[in-house]
Amino acid sequence: MATLVWRIARHGVIMLTIVLLGGFLSATFMRLAPGFDVDEREMDPHLNAASIQAVREEHTQNRNIVRYYAQSLAKALHGDLGTSISLGQPVAALLKERLPLTLRLVALGLGMGWAAALALAMSAACVRLVSYDVASTLLSGLFLCIPAAVLALLSVLWNLPGALAIALIVFPRVYRYARNLLSKAYSLPHVTTARCKGLGELRILFWHVIPVAGPQLLALAGVSVSMAVSAAIPIEALCGLPGVGQLAWQAALSRDLPLLTSIGVLITLVTLLANSSTDVIGQAMGSQKA
Amino acid sequence: MNFWQKLAGCILLLVVCLSLAAGWLAPAGYAYQDRENAGAPPSHQHWLGTDDLGRDRFARILYGTRISLLLAPAAALISTLLAAMIGGFAGYAGGIWQRAATAITDLFLSLPWLFLLIAVRALMPLNISPLESVTVTFSLLGLLGWTAAARVLCAAGASLRDSDFVCQARASGVRNSRLFWIHVLPNMAPVLLAQFWISIPVFILSEANLGILGLGVAEPLPSWGSLLRELEGMISIGDEPWKLAPLALLVVVVTCFQIVLSNQQEVAA
Repeated sequence: MATLVWRIARHGVIMLTIVLLGGFLSATFMRLAPGFDVDEREMDPHLNAASIQAVREEHTQNRNIVRYYAQSLAKALHGDLGTSISLGQPVAALLKERLPLTLRLVALGLGMGWAAALALAMSAACVRLVSYDVASTLLSGLFLCIPAAVLALLSVLWNLPGALAIALIVFPRVYRYARNLLSKAYSLPHVTTARCKGLGELRILFWHVIPVAGPQLLALAGVSVSMAVSAAIPIEALCGLPGVGQLAWQAALSRDLPLLTSIGVLITLVTLLANSSTDVIGQAMGSQKA
Repeated sequence: MNFWQKLAGCILLLVVCLSLAAGWLAPAGYAYQDRENAGAPPSHQHWLGTDDLGRDRFARILYGTRISLLLAPAAALISTLLAAMIGGFAGYAGGIWQRAATAITDLFLSLPWLFLLIAVRALMPLNISPLESVTVTFSLLGLLGWTAAARVLCAAGASLRDSDFVCQARASGVRNSRLFWIHVLPNMAPVLLAQFWISIPVFILSEANLGILGLGVAEPLPSWGSLLRELEGMISIGDEPWKLAPLALLVVVVTCFQIVLSNQQEVAA
């Protein structure tokens, strides 16, 4: 138990460090981008010299990226994530408004993608027919070769839900690994023995194959969250879905430093949380088995 | 190489040859606008019809293929070299170098690839010449795509550092630099080569994603990404199926790469 707590604590510290560095990286990229200091308001003929000077001073404060990031973090601890430059709204409110849609989209896409991949991989491993295996590999290979943005455009064209596009992105990658893992597990001697003893296919699958492939499938689940989050950006941008992905897209195009930094931190946090959770669950399962 | 890998290799070779012969197969070029035939369906004059500006779609696909297929390997070369320098060296050196390299790769890997790419590409100037846009797009792919390869090479470097022949060479008094260049690096060649090859389809797809989002190669230069943008304005696939030609070619090429590289992926892992 103490080991597990220590592992969780260590994961937490590493995660926090990477999240903070992820945010700093996003802020640095923004700061180094050409045209960062340019503000359209400076060309507004309605503003007087004092107002333009105030706009310039606003940018001067953001020039030192370390100071800017430290100040932002201090404010973030009090729940203030700043104000979006392009949308003129508080970043926290924007994220709160848009996050549920993205989470729902990603969760649905992951669920559908995993269900399809596991069903196909398990049936391919159980049936063990070359033609079935080739057909399922071709199907997954086809989706592997189509860019995420094209799937988004096709889903708009055919009026399909955005979650399906995410599922089609997750499906081939998960299927490929799951099929290999299950095939390897099926070729183990204890599975052959079980089959020789006349055990049913379902019992072999759930009692002798899944427990072997389980930890690696769990690790794959963590990685697939990153895939789904990544895919959500073009899908939301092209399908017109008002989620965090679309917000990230708009923030990047309008060089909105506070918004992009917060989204960078959020995305890093979600990715790391998914990976760390699967790591910890996998380790806990491993220590229980031992 | 089995039969399917040979077939896929031949198809790839054919596509590369066709794209290199673009000047001969489509003499009008990718930018010539036949305004009287804008948005025309396939005909003897324009095999795959024309786009909204009257540009020959077949010519644009050939030139776009040339750009994507020539520059994706260039980006893969940059990323593999970076991965070898950072990951390979850190793995071989061990200690703090390895820990630092692992931390940096973890940091980059924690940001989803497409988010990182879109964010950084969007921060670059968008109103630039077509040639500059090609350079920026593919350089970014190369400069940001090294992390996954670096992790594999770091592990390969670490295993070579502890191998018997390196220990023996070190015990014989071989200098560190000579050890790295003469004994370690040549042994990393298969992994490096595998990483280089498997990066190519990844970069082709990434460029296509960027192109569709309007962050790829700028007009009038064609690339698969910019050609796929045409799908955005489609109302029905059944009415104009020839508009799917760039997508079909992209799927064929990436599938062929996957088939040819199926052995390389095992080496890279």
